[in-house]
Amino acid sequence: MDTATAGLALKPKDYKSDIKPVWCPGCGDFAVLNAITKALAFKELPREEVAMITGIGCSSRIAAYTSVYGFHGVHGRALAVAAGLKAARPELTVLVAGGDGDGLSIGGNHFIHACRRNMDLTYVIMDNEVYGMTKGQASPTTASDWTRSKLTPHGTGIRPFQPAAMALTAGASFVARGFSGDPNGLAKILVEAIEHPGFAFVQVLSPCLTFRPEQKEWKTAVHPFATEATDDPVAAAARLHADGAMATGILYRNPHYPVYRPVNDASARVADFEEAFAL
Amino acid sequence: MNATQPCDFSIAITGSGGAGAITAGELLLSLAGKNGCFGIMRRSFGPQIRGGEAASLVRLAHRPIECMNDRFDLLLALDWRNAERFADEIPLRSDSVIIADPAMGAVPDVIRDLGTDLIEVPMKSMAGEIDGGRPNMIALGVLAHWLGYCPDQASELIEQNFGGKGETVVNAARATFERGFNEPLVVEARRARVGPGPCDAEMAGARWALSGNEGCGLGALRGGIRFAAAYPITPASDLLEWLAPRLERVGGELLQAEDELASINMVIGASFGGVPSMTATSGPGLALMTEAMGLAVAAEVPAVIVNVMRGGPSTGIPTKSEQVDLNIALHGLHGDAPHLVLGALDHADCVLVTEWSVRLAEALQTVAIVLTDQNLAQSRALIPQPDYVLPDIPARRVPAGGADYARYALTDDGVSPMAIPGQSGAAYVADGLEHTETGKPSAAAADHAAQLDKRRRKIEDFEYGDLWADIRGSGTLAILTWGSTSTAVREAADRLREAGVAVRVIALRLLLPARPERLAAALRGVERVLVVEQSHGAQFWRYLRSYYDIDADLHSLARPGPLVITPGEIVEAVEHWS
Repeated sequence: MDTATAGLALKPKDYKSDIKPVWCPGCGDFAVLNAITKALAFKELPREEVAMITGIGCSSRIAAYTSVYGFHGVHGRALAVAAGLKAARPELTVLVAGGDGDGLSIGGNHFIHACRRNMDLTYVIMDNEVYGMTKGQASPTTASDWTRSKLTPHGTGIRPFQPAAMALTAGASFVARGFSGDPNGLAKILVEAIEHPGFAFVQVLSPCLTFRPEQKEWKTAVHPFATEATDDPVAAAARLHADGAMATGILYRNPHYPVYRPVNDASARVADFEEAFAL
Repeated sequence: MNATQPCDFSIAITGSGGAGAITAGELLLSLAGKNGCFGIMRRSFGPQIRGGEAASLVRLAHRPIECMNDRFDLLLALDWRNAERFADEIPLRSDSVIIADPAMGAVPDVIRDLGTDLIEVPMKSMAGEIDGGRPNMIALGVLAHWLGYCPDQASELIEQNFGGKGETVVNAARATFERGFNEPLVVEARRARVGPGPCDAEMAGARWALSGNEGCGLGALRGGIRFAAAYPITPASDLLEWLAPRLERVGGELLQAEDELASINMVIGASFGGVPSMTATSGPGLALMTEAMGLAVAAEVPAVIVNVMRGGPSTGIPTKSEQVDLNIALHGLHGDAPHLVLGALDHADCVLVTEWSVRLAEALQTVAIVLTDQNLAQSRALIPQPDYVLPDIPARRVPAGGADYARYALTDDGVSPMAIPGQSGAAYVADGLEHTETGKPSAAAADHAAQLDKRRRKIEDFEYGDLWADIRGSGTLAILTWGSTSTAVREAADRLREAGVAVRVIALRLLLPARPERLAAALRGVERVLVVEQSHGAQFWRYLRSYYDIDADLHSLARPGPLVITPGEIVEAVEHWS
């Protein structure tokens, strides 16, 4: 495949499909789509060499809005689909995207194991601290005292997950946080995430103005991490703690963890195995 | 010369953990293989992971047999610890022979009360005469003598089996074997009784020693599987363990997943990437996979699931067999989700059915569930070398290229060309959402109806050929069955024929899609039908009643595990027809 020339002419919009998103006006996910297509154009990746794997939720619809190969699967299992695809087709660039409910609640087990497996995947969680598609229920990142959902009228009463801290603990080798209100900064993070040779986790603060209108204020609250990325998970955890949930940038990059790669050759024929059965 | 009758001899070897009952049984089966026998060996364990009691259940015969018999002819007890646990599984008769070591205590009442023929052999003290000698090798020697085997072949086997442990171990095992083989007490006891006659290696022809799980693994590789993802579960794990190192050597791989939800989705991801993919599991795992199986049907991604059935529901009896995942395989998917369900009838059939299923799943871009059970999967059989011819089945259809590619195009046969990532100009989004021909999400009634029709058409209209069922014999009595129960049904039919009852055996391989015209033709002229299955809820019976019109006097023999159905039970059901 002539990847260099095939990709050269592509612009960000060439990575978009002609399907109109289902997202509400003002949804942060529009900007995430823009940032992803910018990153793909910057990387000059041929569309057929990229796959976007998603689960279920507003943000998971993103696969259909790209012009790369895509898979819009069931709720919470995007990382598993992506792991199978990447294991079978290591040469592809595999992106995984979805929401906080998809990735951290129903898909929580896959998230920690994907971090630990350290396959060369880029995983984007568009975190709006709410289930949008089912009309506004609390997610695993919703504050415990948020009472606007009829399902949990007194609030959840349980502390929210810290996705970046979870990723660190579970062994992800690249952890970053971006903001949909800064698509250029996000695109830069995504370029580095794609280039990172292991599991790259990018939490994107992506407001839901329909069910969480107060998230409009995020644009005044975000600020960069106070220091550059580290390869020390303890320092990264301390930085997360010190800088808070609105700090953005690349937090952690660890080139030392082994990257999952299939170990195989084609030294045998199936018939070779049959000899062992013969009496 | 010892008195003999044609060989059909069932032997149980029991002992507490570490006594070596399993090793002795495995070596005995191998030795029988070298001596031209057909046979089967099942292993039975107590619930402990290590150190529990164990039993080798071995049946050997001069002709192909693939099920356990109704009785055991010989029980060799290395000791009697917890032996009563096996009482149900090792049915003895008054003329069965017991070989036991008097130093290991009295024969338990449940066995003594049968009035069996007891031969006392001091196996422990005999083994003690040899440095490094173990009683299970005495036992192997005793049994080899009983069966009239040649000691030189045992010597070779011992070398193959213990070679890795060094010469001292090999020599000790050989000496112990010979001590048992030549023991005058045993020689005398054997001379006084009628025993099994020799088998004939030349007459037996090319044979394989194969477990059902290995058969499925081989069938999968033959079918082209190059990716597997799975989560460990009894009794499917040894299929995966067989597959993992071999997949690597043919350029594929097996990925251990964090759970079954992940493994089936990994399979879907790899298959989306163009690589024929499978998983293997058992009931509880299959239950976890059903959501994603619906996705594979909707997104039209080939996926093969080998489900090794065990006693259920829930954790049930994980180490024993039942045919109880038929319902979930047929009906467990949500929505209207046409897919394939196939069942393997015997050990050789595990190879055939798995290969066939892989090829069908690829050609029809759908889910194929292969059902086997613990009885087949974890037993090892000495069988005629598998020899089958699959009908021509096209490979996965890929688009020719060019503009206007529509992933879910409405074709005449319902199969739409499936682009593989890397193919330019054909990028599409596979979707579990209902979609248009191009894959665009759509809730329109016309799109839903068109895609449902297409997904049904490709499966219903496909010509599956003659492998849909295994049909043997003729007569107005038919026995309908599926899965490993077929082995006992075939033997029961042989016995009935010998007694002058004409009987037709119809064992279904292809369960979904149902083939009512084919079954109606197979049942032409039949007046009585016995349906045999190992399910308390009579799942197969209910399946037949819902998919087929059977115009005959219909009886059901349906009972649960953990004890496998034997030929005698089936003969009795026919003889006591009311």
